[in-house]
Amino acid sequence: MLYREAGQFKTSYARDWAIFPIAQDRIVILGLLAIAAVAVPVLSNDYWIGTIFMPFLVMSMAALGLNLLTGYAGQLSLGTGGFMATGAFAAYKLSTAFPGMPIEAVFLLSGVVTAGVGVLFGIPSLRIKGFYLAVATLAAQFFLLWLYNKVPWFTNYSTSGVISAPPRTILFTDIYVTGPQAAASTKYLFALALVAILALAAKNLVRSSIGRRWMAVRDMDIAAEIIGIKPLQTKLSAFAISSFYCGVAGAMWAFLYTGSVEPLAFDINRSFQVLFMIIIGGLGSILGSFLGAGFIIALPILLTNAPHLLGLDIPVDVVSHLEFMIFGALIIFFLIVEPHGLARLWQILKEKLRLWPFPY
Amino acid sequence: MDFLSSVFVEPFVQIGQYPLFFVEVVIGGLLSGVMYSLVALGFVLIFKASGVFNFAQGAMVLFAALSFAGLMEHGLHWSIALVLTMGIMALVAIAVERLVLGKLVNQPHIILFMATIGITYFLDGFGQTIWGSDVKVLDIGIPQTPIDVGGVFINQFDIFAAVVAGLLVLVLAVFFQKTRVGRALRAVADDHQAALSVGIPLKTIWAIVWTVAGLVGLVAGIMWGSKLGVQFSLALVALKALPVLILGGFTSIPGAIVGGLIVGVGEKVAEVFWGAAFGGAIEDWFAYMLALVFLLFRPQGLFGEKIIERV
Repeated sequence: MLYREAGQFKTSYARDWAIFPIAQDRIVILGLLAIAAVAVPVLSNDYWIGTIFMPFLVMSMAALGLNLLTGYAGQLSLGTGGFMATGAFAAYKLSTAFPGMPIEAVFLLSGVVTAGVGVLFGIPSLRIKGFYLAVATLAAQFFLLWLYNKVPWFTNYSTSGVISAPPRTILFTDIYVTGPQAAASTKYLFALALVAILALAAKNLVRSSIGRRWMAVRDMDIAAEIIGIKPLQTKLSAFAISSFYCGVAGAMWAFLYTGSVEPLAFDINRSFQVLFMIIIGGLGSILGSFLGAGFIIALPILLTNAPHLLGLDIPVDVVSHLEFMIFGALIIFFLIVEPHGLARLWQILKEKLRLWPFPY
Repeated sequence: MDFLSSVFVEPFVQIGQYPLFFVEVVIGGLLSGVMYSLVALGFVLIFKASGVFNFAQGAMVLFAALSFAGLMEHGLHWSIALVLTMGIMALVAIAVERLVLGKLVNQPHIILFMATIGITYFLDGFGQTIWGSDVKVLDIGIPQTPIDVGGVFINQFDIFAAVVAGLLVLVLAVFFQKTRVGRALRAVADDHQAALSVGIPLKTIWAIVWTVAGLVGLVAGIMWGSKLGVQFSLALVALKALPVLILGGFTSIPGAIVGGLIVGVGEKVAEVFWGAAFGGAIEDWFAYMLALVFLLFRPQGLFGEKIIERV
């Protein structure tokens, strides 16, 4: 009743190619964006923005990046944390070495730097695939973190190894977006804009020729090669663009979310977290990256607060272990119930909704 | 210039000056490599038999060691604790087969891999909920003092570990080659469908394989645990087993052993002689880089089956 495409005719090629061909989808997406841009900063306090919405945006960005690589191009990677760290340190070095550089350019350039590093660690993908590749990308994870820990140049010779993001303003204004003076809502809106723009870019990328090449390589790389897709360019471009997103996510983490650049935040568990997001959310789905990020960010917060809400009094260390258990069990449960992720559930729901309430 | 000399000249000078020290480092590396092999062995067993990349092997090592140490803390004799822990690992294996793998038949490998990460989280949390998260001291009565063998000092414990690992491999080899169940396991490893069609119960076999991997994990856990203390970081040793697998090949038991030895030696030698030039702690990533470079030249590992691809 609510969700029908009857009467909506595609009268031009532009309408046919639209990302959301059905009017109801457009309304929902615009509504969500409006809520995210207006209602969230107005209605929620700094604490909510800081603990839920900011990590959600940052991790969505990282999940988008990994989903391009793993979900679309089929290259399994466990180096996401290392690439995020690269983005964070690149942003720090760029903004301290060139204080006049606009912060927007810093974010994008740190993504570009990370893309370069990603290509370097993507070279083995030309020879190996599957789990071998996953283990090979672990080299990126461990080596990069070690590098940023050990080489003092990256931390500008700071003694503590933990460095804070320098204060910068948005281009053409004097509103602080990073550093201690920046308001939480400013940071949030800036991050939201970045994520929205880059998500749109990703969506268009995967339905363009490069996205189709990635999917061909994912489905069967030898067959793709035979029909004339160059594996070198396809695989390395996937690594480059995926790393770009992860790099921007790392820069966002350091500059907008925590405000400090530390390698510890990007350890192996971060890589697994992002991998969980795209698997729970749905491999090969832009929407899935967001759903997965939301789920994985919200779940631990729920689990931590659940015993409190239920009035149970459990010691803190037991709670953290129980959290681990429930987290693991839920992931297995989700994989068994819907191996294709939340995005697939959403699709099924839409199919059902089209026929509701008269499924005949 | 300084850097180049500290990488290309000084380590070799050092080795030339103190050959005995070098031998000591190599032997130390070999023996710690044995420990990596023990963990890698569990991976290989499961991968061979079911094609599952079992990330939970590290969690199984931790869980087995925690159970063993926890039971001993309750005043049980070590032999009773050992038998009980073996029973627990068998139960874990059956539960994994029934509740997880059995439900995920015919899913892509990456889904199964993710499921084993879920098992990892569950086992880590479960073990620490039951047995607590304090570091447990596991003393099985082996002296940790070094002994002098022809001018080279070797830790007694490491020798013991090597002997145990050797015995374990021997027992596994006999089990695989000479018993009925072992033959069935090899058949399943070769071809699932053919094994199924000659009447080998696949589900039972998987439960057995996971049990065996759990027992190998128990041995690894007792060894690592009595060396480092039973604690959460044991689960991280599993990550070190991954480059071992790459070097050795995912499907080869000798590969796991040799790969472990190579990684152990390479890591120790690199850390001792080249560590200073790079600022130390290169142990963290050396094994991975070694594996990465190795993969570029031999993608299937040392002993892995040649990968033949068809469209």
